[in-house]
Amino acid sequence: MKNTPIQLHVVTRIVAFIILIFSIFLFFAGHNNPGGGFIGGLMTASALVLLYLSFDLKTIKRVLPFDYAYVIGAGLLLATLTGVAGMFFGFPYLTQFFEYFQLPILGETELTTALPFDLGIYLVVVGFTLLVILTVAEDDS
Amino acid sequence: MLSTVAAISLFLMAGSIVICTVRALIGPSAPDRIVALDTIGIILIGFIAILMIVQDTIAYAEVALVIAILAFIGSVAIAKFVEGGIVLDRDRH
Repeated sequence: MKNTPIQLHVVTRIVAFIILIFSIFLFFAGHNNPGGGFIGGLMTASALVLLYLSFDLKTIKRVLPFDYAYVIGAGLLLATLTGVAGMFFGFPYLTQFFEYFQLPILGETELTTALPFDLGIYLVVVGFTLLVILTVAEDDS
Repeated sequence: MLSTVAAISLFLMAGSIVICTVRALIGPSAPDRIVALDTIGIILIGFIAILMIVQDTIAYAEVALVIAILAFIGSVAIAKFVEGGIVLDRDRH
Protein backbone atom coordinates (compact mmCIF):
# COMPACT_ATOMS: atom_id res chain seq x y z
CA MET A 1 0.00 0.00 0.00
CA LYS A 2 1.40 3.33 -1.06
CA ASN A 3 1.52 6.36 1.19
CA THR A 4 -2.04 7.47 1.79
CA PRO A 5 -2.63 11.26 1.85
CA ILE A 6 -4.47 11.23 5.15
CA GLN A 7 -4.90 15.03 5.40
CA LEU A 8 -6.41 15.07 1.90
CA HIS A 9 -8.87 12.32 2.85
CA VAL A 10 -9.99 14.14 5.99
CA VAL A 11 -10.38 17.48 4.22
CA THR A 12 -12.16 15.92 1.23
CA ARG A 13 -14.80 14.25 3.40
CA ILE A 14 -15.87 17.70 4.67
CA VAL A 15 -15.17 19.96 1.70
CA ALA A 16 -16.84 17.75 -0.91
CA PHE A 17 -20.17 18.05 0.88
CA ILE A 18 -19.77 21.82 1.30
CA ILE A 19 -19.20 22.11 -2.46
CA LEU A 20 -22.21 19.85 -3.16
CA ILE A 21 -24.45 22.05 -0.96
CA PHE A 22 -23.09 25.16 -2.70
CA SER A 23 -23.86 23.60 -6.09
CA ILE A 24 -27.45 22.91 -5.03
CA PHE A 25 -27.74 26.52 -3.87
CA LEU A 26 -26.39 27.74 -7.22
CA PHE A 27 -28.81 25.45 -9.07
CA PHE A 28 -31.86 26.90 -7.30
CA ALA A 29 -30.53 30.48 -7.37
CA GLY A 30 -30.65 30.43 -11.12
CA HIS A 31 -33.11 32.00 -13.54
CA ASN A 32 -33.41 35.33 -11.68
CA ASN A 33 -29.97 35.57 -10.03
CA PRO A 34 -26.49 34.33 -11.01
CA GLY A 35 -26.61 30.55 -11.02
CA GLY A 36 -28.59 27.90 -12.81
CA GLY A 37 -28.09 24.44 -14.18
CA PHE A 38 -24.80 24.98 -15.95
CA ILE A 39 -22.74 26.45 -13.14
CA GLY A 40 -24.46 24.19 -10.59
CA GLY A 41 -23.50 21.19 -12.69
CA LEU A 42 -19.92 22.39 -12.95
CA MET A 43 -19.71 22.78 -9.17
CA THR A 44 -21.12 19.28 -8.63
CA ALA A 45 -18.62 17.95 -11.15
CA SER A 46 -15.76 19.68 -9.31
CA ALA A 47 -16.90 18.15 -6.00
CA LEU A 48 -16.90 14.70 -7.60
CA VAL A 49 -13.51 15.40 -9.22
CA LEU A 50 -12.20 16.24 -5.75
CA LEU A 51 -13.48 12.84 -4.56
CA TYR A 52 -11.78 11.13 -7.51
CA LEU A 53 -8.55 13.04 -6.76
CA SER A 54 -8.54 12.14 -3.10
CA PHE A 55 -9.63 8.53 -3.35
CA ASP A 56 -9.01 6.21 -6.27
CA LEU A 57 -11.20 5.43 -9.27
CA LYS A 58 -12.17 1.94 -8.04
CA THR A 59 -13.50 3.16 -4.68
CA ILE A 60 -15.58 5.98 -6.16
CA LYS A 61 -16.88 3.67 -8.88
CA ARG A 62 -18.25 1.48 -6.08
CA VAL A 63 -19.82 4.50 -4.34
CA LEU A 64 -21.22 6.14 -7.50
CA PRO A 65 -22.11 3.30 -9.88
CA PHE A 66 -23.26 5.58 -12.71
CA ASP A 67 -22.35 5.34 -16.35
CA TYR A 68 -21.96 9.02 -17.15
CA ALA A 69 -22.92 8.51 -20.81
CA TYR A 70 -26.41 7.52 -19.60
CA VAL A 71 -26.49 10.59 -17.34
CA ILE A 72 -25.94 12.80 -20.41
CA GLY A 73 -28.73 10.95 -22.22
CA ALA A 74 -31.15 11.29 -19.31
CA GLY A 75 -30.44 15.02 -19.03
CA LEU A 76 -30.97 15.62 -22.75
CA LEU A 77 -34.20 13.61 -22.66
CA LEU A 78 -35.51 15.57 -19.67
CA ALA A 79 -34.67 18.95 -21.23
CA THR A 80 -36.24 18.00 -24.56
CA LEU A 81 -39.41 16.57 -22.98
CA THR A 82 -39.84 19.77 -20.94
CA GLY A 83 -39.78 21.75 -24.17
CA VAL A 84 -42.17 19.35 -25.89
CA ALA A 85 -44.66 19.41 -22.99
CA GLY A 86 -45.79 22.94 -23.85
CA MET A 87 -46.57 21.90 -27.43
CA PHE A 88 -49.44 19.63 -26.25
CA PHE A 89 -51.28 22.76 -25.09
CA GLY A 90 -50.76 24.60 -28.35
CA PHE A 91 -47.81 26.79 -27.32
CA PRO A 92 -44.51 27.01 -29.23
CA TYR A 93 -41.62 24.71 -28.35
CA LEU A 94 -39.83 25.61 -25.07
CA THR A 95 -42.50 28.07 -23.93
CA GLN A 96 -42.12 28.50 -20.18
CA PHE A 97 -44.81 28.97 -17.55
CA PHE A 98 -44.50 30.10 -13.97
CA GLU A 99 -46.80 30.42 -11.00
CA TYR A 100 -46.43 31.43 -7.36
CA PHE A 101 -47.36 28.82 -4.77
CA GLN A 102 -47.52 28.74 -0.98
CA LEU A 103 -45.21 25.92 0.09
CA PRO A 104 -45.06 24.63 3.69
CA ILE A 105 -41.56 25.69 4.75
CA LEU A 106 -40.37 27.94 1.95
CA GLY A 107 -43.34 30.34 1.99
CA GLU A 108 -44.29 31.91 -1.31
CA THR A 109 -42.21 30.22 -3.98
CA GLU A 110 -42.01 30.66 -7.71
CA LEU A 111 -42.28 27.34 -9.53
CA THR A 112 -41.43 27.42 -13.22
CA THR A 113 -41.23 24.85 -15.97
CA ALA A 114 -37.68 26.12 -16.48
CA LEU A 115 -36.67 24.12 -13.40
CA PRO A 116 -36.89 20.63 -14.98
CA PHE A 117 -35.22 22.06 -18.08
CA ASP A 118 -32.41 23.36 -15.86
CA LEU A 119 -32.22 19.94 -14.18
CA GLY A 120 -31.66 18.43 -17.62
CA ILE A 121 -28.83 20.89 -18.31
CA TYR A 122 -27.40 20.08 -14.87
CA LEU A 123 -27.33 16.35 -15.63
CA VAL A 124 -25.78 16.94 -19.07
CA VAL A 125 -23.02 19.14 -17.65
CA VAL A 126 -22.20 16.76 -14.77
CA GLY A 127 -22.16 13.75 -17.07
CA PHE A 128 -20.13 15.41 -19.81
CA THR A 129 -17.47 16.87 -17.50
CA LEU A 130 -16.90 13.66 -15.56
CA LEU A 131 -17.02 11.52 -18.71
CA VAL A 132 -14.29 13.63 -20.35
CA ILE A 133 -12.08 13.72 -17.24
CA LEU A 134 -12.42 10.00 -16.50
CA THR A 135 -11.88 9.01 -20.13
CA VAL A 136 -8.66 11.04 -20.22
CA ALA A 137 -7.57 9.58 -16.86
CA GLU A 138 -8.22 5.97 -17.87
CA ASP A 139 -6.39 6.28 -21.17
CA ASP A 140 -3.37 3.99 -21.08
CA SER A 141 -1.44 4.88 -24.21
CA MET B 1 -11.61 57.68 3.20
CA LEU B 2 -12.79 54.12 2.62
CA SER B 3 -12.77 54.57 -1.14
CA THR B 4 -9.14 55.82 -0.99
CA VAL B 5 -8.10 52.80 1.07
CA ALA B 6 -9.97 50.50 -1.30
CA ALA B 7 -8.31 52.07 -4.34
CA ILE B 8 -4.85 51.69 -2.81
CA SER B 9 -5.59 48.04 -1.90
CA LEU B 10 -6.80 47.31 -5.40
CA PHE B 11 -3.58 48.77 -6.86
CA LEU B 12 -1.44 46.73 -4.47
CA MET B 13 -3.37 43.54 -5.25
CA ALA B 14 -3.06 44.14 -8.99
CA GLY B 15 0.71 44.55 -8.52
CA SER B 16 0.80 41.33 -6.48
CA ILE B 17 -1.00 39.44 -9.23
CA VAL B 18 1.55 40.72 -11.77
CA ILE B 19 4.44 39.62 -9.54
CA CYS B 20 2.84 36.20 -9.01
CA THR B 21 2.31 35.84 -12.76
CA VAL B 22 6.03 36.51 -13.32
CA ARG B 23 6.88 33.86 -10.72
CA ALA B 24 4.46 31.40 -12.34
CA LEU B 25 6.07 32.00 -15.74
CA ILE B 26 9.77 31.92 -14.83
CA GLY B 27 9.47 29.74 -11.72
CA PRO B 28 12.50 27.44 -11.70
CA SER B 29 10.66 24.47 -10.18
CA ALA B 30 7.10 23.19 -10.34
CA PRO B 31 6.27 23.88 -6.65
CA ASP B 32 7.11 27.57 -7.24
CA ARG B 33 4.53 27.67 -10.02
CA ILE B 34 1.92 25.86 -7.90
CA VAL B 35 2.30 28.29 -5.01
CA ALA B 36 2.23 31.26 -7.40
CA LEU B 37 -0.99 30.09 -9.07
CA ASP B 38 -2.63 29.35 -5.72
CA THR B 39 -1.65 32.81 -4.49
CA ILE B 40 -3.15 34.40 -7.62
CA GLY B 41 -6.44 32.67 -6.79
CA ILE B 42 -6.40 33.90 -3.20
CA ILE B 43 -5.52 37.47 -4.25
CA LEU B 44 -8.40 37.38 -6.75
CA ILE B 45 -10.80 36.49 -3.94
CA GLY B 46 -9.64 39.52 -1.94
CA PHE B 47 -9.83 41.65 -5.09
CA ILE B 48 -13.46 40.66 -5.62
CA ALA B 49 -14.27 41.29 -1.96
CA ILE B 50 -12.88 44.85 -2.12
CA LEU B 51 -14.68 45.38 -5.43
CA MET B 52 -17.92 44.42 -3.66
CA ILE B 53 -17.18 47.02 -0.96
CA VAL B 54 -16.45 49.71 -3.57
CA GLN B 55 -19.58 49.02 -5.57
CA ASP B 56 -21.69 48.41 -2.43
CA THR B 57 -23.19 45.16 -3.67
CA ILE B 58 -23.18 41.46 -2.80
CA ALA B 59 -23.67 40.32 -6.37
CA TYR B 60 -20.15 38.86 -6.69
CA ALA B 61 -20.26 36.68 -3.55
CA GLU B 62 -20.79 33.52 -5.61
CA VAL B 63 -17.88 34.47 -7.85
CA ALA B 64 -15.51 34.57 -4.87
CA LEU B 65 -16.75 31.15 -3.70
CA VAL B 66 -16.41 29.59 -7.14
CA ILE B 67 -12.86 30.95 -7.56
CA ALA B 68 -11.94 29.64 -4.10
CA ILE B 69 -13.24 26.15 -4.92
CA LEU B 70 -11.58 26.01 -8.32
CA ALA B 71 -8.25 27.27 -6.95
CA PHE B 72 -8.36 24.65 -4.18
CA ILE B 73 -9.12 21.76 -6.53
CA GLY B 74 -6.54 22.96 -9.05
CA SER B 75 -3.87 23.18 -6.37
CA VAL B 76 -4.70 19.68 -5.11
CA ALA B 77 -4.55 18.27 -8.63
CA ILE B 78 -1.22 19.90 -9.51
CA ALA B 79 0.26 18.96 -6.14
CA LYS B 80 -0.72 15.33 -6.71
CA PHE B 81 0.79 15.45 -10.18
CA VAL B 82 4.08 16.80 -8.81
CA GLU B 83 4.17 14.23 -6.02
CA GLY B 84 3.52 11.08 -8.00
CA GLY B 85 3.24 12.01 -11.67
CA ILE B 86 -0.33 10.63 -11.77
CA VAL B 87 -3.42 12.64 -11.00
CA LEU B 88 -6.26 10.10 -10.77
CA ASP B 89 -4.93 6.78 -9.57
CA ARG B 90 -6.89 3.70 -10.48
CA ASP B 91 -6.46 1.43 -7.49
CA ARG B 92 -4.49 2.56 -4.50
CA HIS B 93 -4.65 -0.58 -2.39
